[in-house]
Amino acid sequence: MSGCTGCLISFADTYEKLLDILSAVDLVYAITLADEVTKVTETEDKIVIERVYPDEVDIALVEGSICLDDHHAVELIKEVREKSKVVVALGSCAVTGGVTRFGRGGQNPQPTHTAFVPVAEVVKVDFALPGCPPSTDSIVKFVMAALEGDTDYLEMYAEFVKYTDASGENLIKQVISQGLCMGCGTCAAACQMRAVAMYDGKPDIRMEMCINCGSCVLQCPRIRMPKSKGLLEV
Amino acid sequence: MTKPIGDYIEIISARSTDQEILKRSQDGGIVTAAYIYGLENGLLDGVIVADTTEGFKPMPKIAKTREDILSARGTKYSLSPNMSLVKDAVKEHALEKLGFVGTPCQVIAMKKMMQYPAAFRGTVNNIGLVIGIFCMENFPYNGMKTLIEEYAGVKMTDVLKTDIGKGKLFVYPKDGSEPIAIPIKETMPFEQKSCHVCMDYTSEYADFATGSVGSPDGWSTVIIRNKRGKDFIDKMIAAGKLETQPLDMESKFGFAMIEKLSTDKKTKNAKEIEHRIEMGLPVPY
Ligand SMILES: Cc1cc2nc3c(=O)[nH]c(=O)nc-3n(C[C@H](O)[C@H](O)[C@H](O)COP(=O)(O)OP(=O)(O)OC[C@H]3O[C@@H](n4cnc5c(N)ncnc54)[C@H](O)[C@@H]3O)c2cc1C
Ligand code: SF4
Ligand code: SF4
Ligand code: SF4
Repeated sequence: MSGCTGCLISFADTYEKLLDILSAVDLVYAITLADEVTKVTETEDKIVIERVYPDEVDIALVEGSICLDDHHAVELIKEVREKSKVVVALGSCAVTGGVTRFGRGGQNPQPTHTAFVPVAEVVKVDFALPGCPPSTDSIVKFVMAALEGDTDYLEMYAEFVKYTDASGENLIKQVISQGLCMGCGTCAAACQMRAVAMYDGKPDIRMEMCINCGSCVLQCPRIRMPKSKGLLEV
Repeated sequence: MTKPIGDYIEIISARSTDQEILKRSQDGGIVTAAYIYGLENGLLDGVIVADTTEGFKPMPKIAKTREDILSARGTKYSLSPNMSLVKDAVKEHALEKLGFVGTPCQVIAMKKMMQYPAAFRGTVNNIGLVIGIFCMENFPYNGMKTLIEEYAGVKMTDVLKTDIGKGKLFVYPKDGSEPIAIPIKETMPFEQKSCHVCMDYTSEYADFATGSVGSPDGWSTVIIRNKRGKDFIDKMIAAGKLETQPLDMESKFGFAMIEKLSTDKKTKNAKEIEHRIEMGLPVPY
């Protein structure tokens, strides 16, 4: 969808782990990573080669936000939803819209494209993994947990689907204002925009720098702790 | 409820054998000794510490030398966002074996990050050691300042050391005069409110955890929790960096005290969590 393919690179960056993943799954549709089924249509003046989204996909990792100005994008995401058992919004653009929606300075891939929304605003999403891009380690852990059906682990990402508006403001609204912030500083380290600075042990958010990637919200242990305590024994 | 002090492999009393460390460490100097040992023996290549700036204000720092680690000896009863430097440490300082120390909540933050490292590229495998300290509660800087300046009458810029023990907060002035004691019940109103939903006293998810409770003055209790923690402590003992003695399992001031304080904290804070739920307020669990 609409994004910078950074998430795909992060996925491919898994090196030897990618091989583990690839041996466990059958990659049927992924730009640059797989030979997809294509449909060739010849008309009088051109030959159109289209990638075909296969039927009965187990898990679809969707990168990028949905451009409402592009009917292909809207149709494709609907088709993806219909034909996939599990749909995952991978990366901040897919989860919140990220830079495509909140970045300043025009991120439009085409001059006429201006309307970008999170995947979950167009179709039902099962898991949301934010990050700009999500780290390779997090993608590997996610995919492995999905393959093993580790619902305890996945619960954090299932809950994150509702955070289509996540931003640095959530730290104020959900943590500081609720008397829950204990000043660990994880949010400040998480923010790749350096929009979060620690001031007297509490995060101070420079909203003008925030691209609503949602990372700080996912990482904050005072918004959500893993329900299963065993998960903390790493 | 699970065990009051979490899972562990071994629990001992220990202290550093380095007199320079002990001169200013809070308790047995375990954290400082472990960091320095790690650095000097290639087990760690950098560590995060809570140092202080002007006015005894905690400030997390990345330390790569013995001097920098020594400078951060001692407990600061105020917030030091140690997690905030984790990404800089592995990215900008290119540390591959980072040592981390934190209160139980910071250890939990670290472990959650390691399990869900979405915003932490290439970090998880570069964490070399996670040390936890015991923690009953913490204080916002301005709360501590009010207590020390108004109640004890010592300027923050004149504070050498603070210590909580035996039911009192002791403030040690830099001029070497006698410490001023503030009874804990006076300090309570200044506690950080978010500490009241905290269910961990002994850093249950650290590689090893340490605190003063349970051991004689000048010694520390060390709770070794996993293989990495055990290997590290065993190496320190073998290298003569730590002297140890069995933890007091008999009297009420040893193991029983750790269990009691931990249970007290959990019972009290479980009530607060319940209360918040009744009021419709969010809780992180
Ligand atoms: C807020 C707080 C409450 C505590 N409550 C208890 C308690 O109830 N019972 C108990 O037995 N022990 C408690 N401790 C732990 C105890 O005070 C000592 O820190 C611990 O025993 C380590 O002593 P040491 O001699 O091994 O460490 P040292 O060698 O003196 O080194 C201490 C290390 O702790 C780090 N540190 C200091 N302050 C902070 C901070 N605010 N946040 C993160 N890291 C910090 C420093 O970086 C330093 O490296 C508490 C500590 C803190 C910070
Ligand atoms: S990550 Fe830590 S410092 Fe940031 S809002 Fe959450 S509790 Fe507070
Ligand atoms: S503050 Fe930073 S980490 Fe948080 S949503 Fe904004 S850009 Fe992302
Ligand atoms: S009581 Fe808990 S939340 Fe408060 S500083 Fe200590 S470990 Fe953190």
